[in-house]
Amino acid sequence: MEVTDEMVEKLAWLSRLSFNEEEKTAIRADLQDLIAFVDKLKEIDVEGVEPLIHMSQEINVFREDVVRGSVPREEGLKNAPSVAGDFFTVPRALKK
Amino acid sequence: MARIEEYRHLNAFIDVFADEALTRAAELDNKKKKGLPCGKLFGVVVGIKDVICYKDHHISAGSAILKGFTSLYSATAIERLLGEDAIIIGNLNCDEFAMGSSNENSAYGNVLNALDPTRVSGGSSGGSAVAVQAGLCMVSLGSDTGGSVRQPADFCGVIGFKPGYGRISRYGLIAYASSFDQIGIFGTNIEDIALLVEIMAGPDEYDSTAARKPVPAFSQLLKDTKKFKIAYFPQSLAHPSLDPEIGMAIRDHLKMLEKEGHTVEPVDFELLDYIVPAYYILTTAEASSNLARYDGVKYGTRTKELVNNLDEFYRKSRSQGFGKEVKRRIMLGTFVLSTGYYDAYYTRAQQVRRRIKEQTDLIFKHFDIIILPTTPAPAFRFGEKSHDAVEMFLADLFTVFANLAGIPAISYPLSKHSNGMPFGIQAMTNQFEELSLLQFSNLSCHPSGTL
Repeated sequence: MEVTDEMVEKLAWLSRLSFNEEEKTAIRADLQDLIAFVDKLKEIDVEGVEPLIHMSQEINVFREDVVRGSVPREEGLKNAPSVAGDFFTVPRALKK
Repeated sequence: MARIEEYRHLNAFIDVFADEALTRAAELDNKKKKGLPCGKLFGVVVGIKDVICYKDHHISAGSAILKGFTSLYSATAIERLLGEDAIIIGNLNCDEFAMGSSNENSAYGNVLNALDPTRVSGGSSGGSAVAVQAGLCMVSLGSDTGGSVRQPADFCGVIGFKPGYGRISRYGLIAYASSFDQIGIFGTNIEDIALLVEIMAGPDEYDSTAARKPVPAFSQLLKDTKKFKIAYFPQSLAHPSLDPEIGMAIRDHLKMLEKEGHTVEPVDFELLDYIVPAYYILTTAEASSNLARYDGVKYGTRTKELVNNLDEFYRKSRSQGFGKEVKRRIMLGTFVLSTGYYDAYYTRAQQVRRRIKEQTDLIFKHFDIIILPTTPAPAFRFGEKSHDAVEMFLADLFTVFANLAGIPAISYPLSKHSNGMPFGIQAMTNQFEELSLLQFSNLSCHPSGTL
């Protein structure tokens, strides 16, 4: 499969990453190689095979419905890069 | 402490909790003097990989995006070690978000192999392997998603153990690929490893994937042993990537096991060449989802540049915070999950995983143990492979198998290559058969010394 600049742009957008021109060329070449590499799976017959999604054999793990395990507000804010009072802050999201 | 200082150039530790460890040691001494009961790990010095949370201590997964982050709670595994009077000595360097096979992807720099500092320690738990190799702690914890405990153990001449999926709680382990990740253990003898698994294993109300099966007293049952039925894959020993010296040593080892009365038989495993592609599709997909949480809002680092909107803010923060390998895997994972490619890649890899698991189950109907090489070659030199992602991925061939199948696996030292570097051999058992794996390893592995 041919990995195009457009594809790289789209994947970068979905991944919330950005690349400069030089990085874009490199990641495009890498993706090209990696996709060619994983294309090997196309050789295998998987007709009718149920996908294996969960590795855990535990089903219906229940517990009593009691509130616990939450973090106090001060603790929750402790690692934030920017806070204002009781809130996390981010750059303006809405246009004026 | 002096030893840790002496070997600082190896770059195994990110943080050493020196004062605190001494205080704890003094407290433990006091406890003993007073005649109070002592835990099973009384005074055992443990190092932990920088992906396992320890309350009020820094953790960063070897990434710039988490620099300065402090854990709000301890992992269940850590709580259980502390409950048995262990001393946590520090957190250990690793590849960023446990992605890598050489420890060349850490924001804190490379970890050097103590036997030859021009060679890699292996990865991603390179710091954990070297800390045990150089005698900087008695045992250490790593995490193993595709071989990240067994491969560096092989490169450093120590034992590396990965329990089966669900055996040890992952509460407090920073997630890379959740259907693969397990906490693993490095040590120099099987007794230590058995004791640590025994203490850390078992159900946990904070991790619903932790199995509710009873945990055997591994450390006490090590010597109850039997003759094992051992399978090996001839394709693995004839694999073009395998160093001939390693192949030879494994054949000799198998002959020795046979001589000791175990049954050793070749088994055909036709899916061998598909396991690495399946592994990389599934783990990168899971990683792209797990790592979406690092957005520079609630924790971690954020961009200092002026931005016009929130999307630009996310993209800048993430691009500046993540390293090259992590970005590459997020991109591949996003690709295999994206509309139009999902079924052809992601679903297909899950189907291949089912076939691999079924074939593995079939083998364990007739055998107790599967033997494989741990790695195709001993520790390589820095930069030797870092230019080619596919080549680096292919070297994980023998280790990712156990993670795809969810089974326990161990690498123990086997011999020394003519280039002077050690290498190991890998043994695996069926899921929840950690006990027979440890018993088998205890028979066949000679304790490895530290430097």
